[in-house]
Formats: sequence, structure tokens, C-alpha cells
Amino acid sequence: MGNNHFGTSAGIAGTFLLLRKRSLLGDVVGHASLPGVAIAFLIMELHEPQSGKWLPGLLIGASLSGIAGMISTVIIRTCTRIKEDAALAITLGGFYGLGIVLFTIIQKLPTGSQAGLANFIYGNTATITQSEVDLIWRVAIVAIVAAGLLFKEFGLLCFDEQFAASQGWPVVLLDLILMGLVVAVCVIGLRSVGLLLVVALLIIPAASARFWTEKLSHMTLCAAVIGVVSCYMGAVSSALFSRLAAGAVIVLTGSVMFCVSLYFGTRRGVLLRWYTRRQLNQRIATQQLLLAFFEILETSVPPAPHQSLTDTTVSLDELLPKRSWTAKQLLRSLRDAQRLQYLASHSEREYRLTAQGETAARRAARNHRLWELYLLQHADVAPGHVDRDADRVEQVLDPEIIIKLETALFKKYPQMAVS
Amino acid sequence: MPSESVSPDVTVVPPLSIHDMTVAYQRKPVIWDIDYVAPTGKLVAIVGPNGAGKSTLINAALDLIPRASGQVQFYGGPYRKQRHRVGYVPQRESVDWDFPVSALDVVVMGLYRKVGWCLPVLPRHRHTALTALDRVGMADYAHRQIRRLSGGQQQRVFLARALVQDADLYLMDEPFTGVDAATERAIVEILRELRSLGKTALVVHHDLQTVAEYFDEVILLNMRLVATGPVATAFTTDNLRKTYGGRLMLVEQTDRIIGKGTSG
Repeated sequence: MGNNHFGTSAGIAGTFLLLRKRSLLGDVVGHASLPGVAIAFLIMELHEPQSGKWLPGLLIGASLSGIAGMISTVIIRTCTRIKEDAALAITLGGFYGLGIVLFTIIQKLPTGSQAGLANFIYGNTATITQSEVDLIWRVAIVAIVAAGLLFKEFGLLCFDEQFAASQGWPVVLLDLILMGLVVAVCVIGLRSVGLLLVVALLIIPAASARFWTEKLSHMTLCAAVIGVVSCYMGAVSSALFSRLAAGAVIVLTGSVMFCVSLYFGTRRGVLLRWYTRRQLNQRIATQQLLLAFFEILETSVPPAPHQSLTDTTVSLDELLPKRSWTAKQLLRSLRDAQRLQYLASHSEREYRLTAQGETAARRAARNHRLWELYLLQHADVAPGHVDRDADRVEQVLDPEIIIKLETALFKKYPQMAVS
Repeated sequence: MPSESVSPDVTVVPPLSIHDMTVAYQRKPVIWDIDYVAPTGKLVAIVGPNGAGKSTLINAALDLIPRASGQVQFYGGPYRKQRHRVGYVPQRESVDWDFPVSALDVVVMGLYRKVGWCLPVLPRHRHTALTALDRVGMADYAHRQIRRLSGGQQQRVFLARALVQDADLYLMDEPFTGVDAATERAIVEILRELRSLGKTALVVHHDLQTVAEYFDEVILLNMRLVATGPVATAFTTDNLRKTYGGRLMLVEQTDRIIGKGTSG
């Protein structure tokens, strides 16, 4: 149960950590907590032998050194010319190294109560006691409630810190609270997931959630669910198979869910992107085909007003030299256009436009030529707002510009005036 | 110089008065001894070459970066007391547009102060935000994720976020940079609407050709104030040469620009 609360809080805190672009800071906190655990153990042992494994004490130690690691990173980054990634690597390595040295010293102590301390490195759900579970879920609940209350403030901080500051939000304080939440989540995760992998449970649910939604609230919710499911699977499997490290299974479940999200995510999944790209290519191919039809027909059909283009057939041999397409590509485009009922096949290699196809071809030619003229006459504009894929030029350009362009268009192509 | 920049009809406290402001990054000062009093109800362009400290001027006035020396007052008080009367439109590049929010969500952020700590956004806040989006012609795009907006549309979302605050003074950092014609016109219309309501806007502006058309006054800046005041008197070839220095190409063009500006 403590595990599930931890998963929820990790998903939520991770969402903001990811959006704040500080994912690796979670890793620093995790690794930097090790010397804190060791020092807390030593202090408690000195104070009263056999009391060194009191979890609240160890977690306070872990938090303090986690925070120290975080602060060191910030100091190295701001006070020297060392870049963020190097600052992260330095503190992560330094603190972890110190922790390992302290652990080696502890292992040699004659107290005998140090057994199980290594659980903080790899995590172990099997040996968690009830009081430890109670502590974990209470901290997790506090973190979840805090994140819920400050939801919109954190969102603003992550999106536009400068604007937040200009509005008078105490951005430094908010940042501290957010990082405090990250530390809290990391620390309660030590016992179950271990400090090496705790960052994974912060980042994987949030990163997976991003594939499914474009809304911050939904992303947070989704990340929380993925966090819970990962933790639940981990706990179940470690209960079923003793000796199976729960932390690793938790993170592995998360990774599987990430892969599923990566491919099947309904907002930015790989398959969706592939599909939209294919759709776009197909649409462009159809437009180009219709344009080719129009260009052939406008020379063969006399340019009288309201002259229908649907009576004349166009052969494959006429179409083929119009563009640099292979016969295979052309045939595929022709098939697509027939499916859209733009074309009717007349005989084996002869096609003609349908009424629907004529409208589409005229529109395609008009759009195409208006854009050509626009780019010629307004070459100084940012090409960023030229949207050739737009169904109609009118959706993008001003009416006045369109009137000017059309005048030029009709001068150049009188036959287009009929459409 | 400050006495020149104060319009004679200003009897109330000026929207913004900057006194002896110097701002430094790391070791070297970026802007030096700025003295400026903004006129009420005017559109003011902040003009100067790249690296002249135009954005720095705005950011330092808004306490976003520390000042080395000098005082800044908004409506006779420090910024932290007058925030509600000042709207700020940052540069579009300052945020990650991949963020999972819609256009409407971004505009609502301008109301977060009014919503208050820890409280949820209510339907009436969303309604206010939607009205502001409508003013910049973006109501149809309210629920679109911000990455799927064009650069000009993103700029208009930022403008709407400042408009919901219903401020009296607006500071805008390069709102016209890289936007399409429709957005440029929408922004100009909003600026004129603000002026007709007696509000003031200070706008960092890059395009010298449109200064005379869009603005009433200018601030010519190149690490120090070169000139301030009405376009007719301050936006001169001489002052532009002082601002842009030896950038000959540009100086050669200025006569043409000024000629075009004053005739148009």
C-alpha cells in the first residue's frame, strides 16, 4: 500500500520535474542520498547501539544529503563556467563515491546491525516493516496533497518562470517547494526501489504520459496511474517470486509501459506520427496528380467559360512525363484518386476527371498558382506562414492580398477565371 | 533629456519613471544611466541595434534582473506594489511551446494572481480568457495545443495573456518579430485600442520602417539613451546614426525610411 502511494507521488512530482527539464536532478538526489543514509546510521549507532536502522532517522539523513547534492549542483553551475550536465555528473559521482566509502566502513563495524542497509541501494520490498510502510504512505500523501494544491502554480513555474516572476509569484520559493517534493519522493522510494533506480520512477511515468495527452492535468493523472501500476506489479511479482528484486521489476514494468506509450500514444506516439506523415504524403500526391490533370486539360480543352473538363480523357503516357514520378508511384496515386472518386478509369490506360474531381483539380490549381504568385510578389515575408497544405488560400491570407493575387492570376491564366 | 520626454499634458503620475538606472551582467554594464519618464496614453517604440539592452531595460524595470543602481517607479510606486497595473508580454522564444497546455490555458495564466494561491481556475476566469483571445482573433484556436499554432498565433496568445490583466501600462518585448501580416495588423489594432482607452504601451521594436506608422514616441537606445520623445522630433536621421553607429548600410537607408515614415 505504501508502495502505491509512492508510485502516485512519483508520477506527479516527476511530471513537473520533467517539464522543468530537470530530469537528471532526480538522479542526483537519489545518488546523493547514500552518504546521508550512512552518516545517519553512524550517528544513531553512536548515540544508541542497535538503533541505527530506525527508518525516519535514515530518511532524514537521506533527505539532507540529497538536498546538499542538489544545492552543490546549483552552486557549481551558477558560480563557475561548468555546464549543467557536467555539474550533475560531478555531484552525482562525488556523493555516491562518498556514500560507498562510508558503507564500506560501516560493513567493518562490529555492531552487527548493519545488515540490510544495502537495501537502500537496490531496494527491497520484502523486508519492509509495517511502521516503515506507514511512514512511506504518509509522506507520499503529504507530497500528493501539496502538488494538488500548488498544481497551477507549478504549471506556471514550469511553463514560463519569467512571466511568473513578473506577476509577483515567488518563483524561488515555488522552485524550492517543488524540489523539496522531489527529494521527499526520492527518499521514500529508496526503501522499495533503491537509490540507483528511483529516478526512473520519477521520469518514466511522466515521459510515458506525455505520449497520450496534450493537457497538463491529464498528463499528471496519467503519470500517477502509470506510477501506481508499475509499483503494484513490482510488489506482486516480488511477493510471488522471492529473491526477485522488486525495485528492478517496478522500473521494468514502467519501461514496458513507456515502450507501449512510445508506439501507441494517441497524441504523439510513433505509430500516430507515421500515420499522419503517410496521410500527408498521400494528400500531396493526390494534389499533384490533380494538378497534372488540370495542366494537361487546360491546354487540350479550349478555354471557354464553364467548359467542363470531365469529358476529355487523359492517358497514362501524357501523365507520366508531367512530373518525376515512376509508373508505379503514378499508378498508386491514380488508385488513391479513384478511391476518393476524383477520377474514373475510362479504359486500361485512360482516365477522366469526375465532377467532384474537376472541382478539386480547379481548386488545387488555383491554390497552387496563387501561392506561386504570392511567393514571387512577397518574397520578403517569413516563409513560415506560407501554408501550402491549407485547403484554401483564404484560410491563411488576407482578402486584399487575395484580390491582388487573383487579378495577377487571371492575367496570366485567363482560362482560370471561369472557376 | 527626461524633461523633454514628458508630455506637457501629463499632470498625473507617469506610468513609468526610470531614474539613473544602470544594469550589469557578470562584469560589464549593459545599460548605463537610463533616465526616462513615460508619457500617459501613448504608444512608445524602444528602438536600437542588437545587444543595445532593449530587453534588459524592460526586464530590469520589472525587477526580473537586478539593477546595479537607480530607481524605477510605476505610477509613483515600486513595481511590487503596482503589478496589477502593468502587463508584460515576454519574447516568444522565452518559453517551450511544446508544453502540454492549450492557448486558453496560457491566457488563463494571466489571471492566476486574481485566482489566488492554491485555488482552482473557475469558469468565469476561462470566460474572461476566451474574451481576450477573441480580441486578438484567436477564439477559434482556444483549445489547440500551443505547439500547433503558428509563430504569429503564439504571439497573439501571449498578447491575450497580458490583456486579461486589464493593466494600464503594457511592456512588450518584440511582439512583431517573425509574425505574419494578419498578426501584425491584429497587434497594431490592439495597441491603438489600448491607446484610445488612455493606456500606455512600451514596445521593443525592430522594424524601423514601421516606427512612424505604428508609434507616437520612440526611445532610441544603445547601451545609453540616445534620444526620447515624439517620433517627429526624436526619430531623426541624426539620432538614428548615433544609435546604430557605423552600420553604414542601415544609415544609408534611414533617409528613405524617415521620408517614408513622415509622409505615410
